[in-house]
Amino acid sequence: MARTKIFVPRETAAISLGADEVALAIATTAKRSGIDIELIRNGSWGASWLEPMVEVEVDGARIAYGNVSVADVGGMFAADFSSGGKHERRLGPVLEIPYLIDQDRWTFWRCGLVDPLSIDDFQAHSGFKALQKAFADGPDAVIAAVADSGLRGRGGAGFPTGIKWRTVADAAADQKYIACNADEGDSGTFSDRILMEGDPFALLESMAIAGFAVGASKGYIYLRSEYPLAHSILARSIATARAAGWLGPNIQDSGFDFDIDLHLGAGSYVCGEETAMLESLEGKKGIVRYKPPLPAHEGLFGKPTVVNNVVTLASVPNIINLGGERYAGMGVNRSKGTLAFQLAGNIKRGGLVEKSFGITLRELIEDWGGGTASGRPVRAVQVGGPLGAYLTTEQLDTPLDYEAFVEIGAMIGHGGIVVFDDTVNMAQQARFAMEFCAIESCGKCTPCRIGSIRGVEVIERMIAGENREDNYDLLVELCDTMEDASLCAMGGMTPYPVRSILKYFAEDFASSDKA
Amino acid sequence: MAEIDATMTSEIVAQYGGKPELLVQILQTIVTRYGWIPEATVRQLALELNLSRADVHGVVQYYHDFRTTAPGRHIVKICQAEACQAMGSRELTDHARRILTMELHETENDITLEPVYCLGNCACSPAVMIDGKTYGRVDEARFNALLDDMRATD
Repeated sequence: MARTKIFVPRETAAISLGADEVALAIATTAKRSGIDIELIRNGSWGASWLEPMVEVEVDGARIAYGNVSVADVGGMFAADFSSGGKHERRLGPVLEIPYLIDQDRWTFWRCGLVDPLSIDDFQAHSGFKALQKAFADGPDAVIAAVADSGLRGRGGAGFPTGIKWRTVADAAADQKYIACNADEGDSGTFSDRILMEGDPFALLESMAIAGFAVGASKGYIYLRSEYPLAHSILARSIATARAAGWLGPNIQDSGFDFDIDLHLGAGSYVCGEETAMLESLEGKKGIVRYKPPLPAHEGLFGKPTVVNNVVTLASVPNIINLGGERYAGMGVNRSKGTLAFQLAGNIKRGGLVEKSFGITLRELIEDWGGGTASGRPVRAVQVGGPLGAYLTTEQLDTPLDYEAFVEIGAMIGHGGIVVFDDTVNMAQQARFAMEFCAIESCGKCTPCRIGSIRGVEVIERMIAGENREDNYDLLVELCDTMEDASLCAMGGMTPYPVRSILKYFAEDFASSDKA
Repeated sequence: MAEIDATMTSEIVAQYGGKPELLVQILQTIVTRYGWIPEATVRQLALELNLSRADVHGVVQYYHDFRTTAPGRHIVKICQAEACQAMGSRELTDHARRILTMELHETENDITLEPVYCLGNCACSPAVMIDGKTYGRVDEARFNALLDDMRATD
């Protein structure tokens, strides 16, 4: 009899809820019961609310069991779990879970499906096909496909990727670089992490494609230190890819040389800003650079550099394989393709949902998310990380579209959606926005460095009920200054959450009188 | 955790080819292995990497990860960012300060308590990292149990 394949994710959210212990319990219970199993540590499908989600392969179909704890394992085996037996944890075939089937999985389709550390599994699932097609089609065709797709930077800024690649390709230089921004610091975001932990070879392939397209022989991944598991998975994957000839000199006899160095950040949020990241990659303080020059002209070590987010890069292989038009056929207006939305905070069914642009927040929060975890009414939703506006429940029907969000003074950013219930004190959230800026400011420009500290003080005075109207005017003026005069988004967008609270949740300043 | 000495510092510098542009990586390796960066190490790194002491000092001071005092045997980080706030991280932090009788950034009884701004576990908030491992949905009872497990490893 063939060995039974059992899948237990090796992914941060699953492990944070006990997946390692569950994997061990499954291995020991199977051994004791004389059941021959092959334990595969896959990535996560992204349904974090169901983690640890265990799967067993029965007649070619994968049967899922959700929220499995060590205490469940004995009972599951007793209920013939290894043949897909009935148990209260049984969810049915993984591909029939509504949360997963209703998605548009363009970039994350391999996450959960494959063994992240197996290059054979990767290649059995179209891995490196896009790179080989790129070699056959040539750099211009690759850039044309990316441009045709309408892909924009998924890190938050939304700059058209094709234009960035074209600029670097056209720059004359003895050395060019691909710098992958994996410094996913926005609260409420974890899509880069799920991709890196669940499909690391996809990122390596994508970077090689970018390098081939623009004529860069060297790539860097700048990974935040808060992601130790992603670090070990990427480090092992890079070594495996090198050994198999998919990184290094003359990749698969193509004549193209490309290698990747994995760098760790050191806990600085602003290093997610592209020029601060480049400084950090050069071994310096992560202080923001003036732009221009753009990194595409003078980036890492002064050389033309493509700086792209993890998800941006990982969206490329299918654009090469299936064509840019296919990708551009999804989404709305100038927001083409898909985004991996991340449902976070006070949400019943949190996780990653990859959908075409145009879906509304309400659909995501209610249909996928199932409302709040606490069961209380939603009061506010912060979209796009700590620099994103807080939205009211009346604004949840805004379609997720970069430009539609700009129109309401908000931003989609990296796609993080943080839900708060009606117990939230929005005056405290406004204070935190300024406090976070004060903690993380790189210090180069005055509006951000000093403005954020003054912002905390002014908001504290408002909370204490001191000269509330004067301080309100002062805070608005401070927001104007920070927005107009800061060098980067850190100081320039910290006013977004603050202003949205002043506009829609001002009553929370008054209610704090009682305190 | 052993304290770093001059030989170990030189070995780590050599591992990175003595390249000054890898200073952040060198410091990260030191912190991961030894927990903190003593002043003597700053001076030695400046010498060996041909950088000014001010350069190395500046980089050490800039990044949150680069501690300049020795941490406790255990490092407990509690996420303070918005997704965790939405699930009670402020209350959890107060609880931690109370039962550990210390403030954030302090070290007492061989435990260092630190804030962290996002562990990327935002669908399973609140999140805590203990000795490099991330835990999700940490309420007060689970936090206490995790501390017991942590102490059991001593």
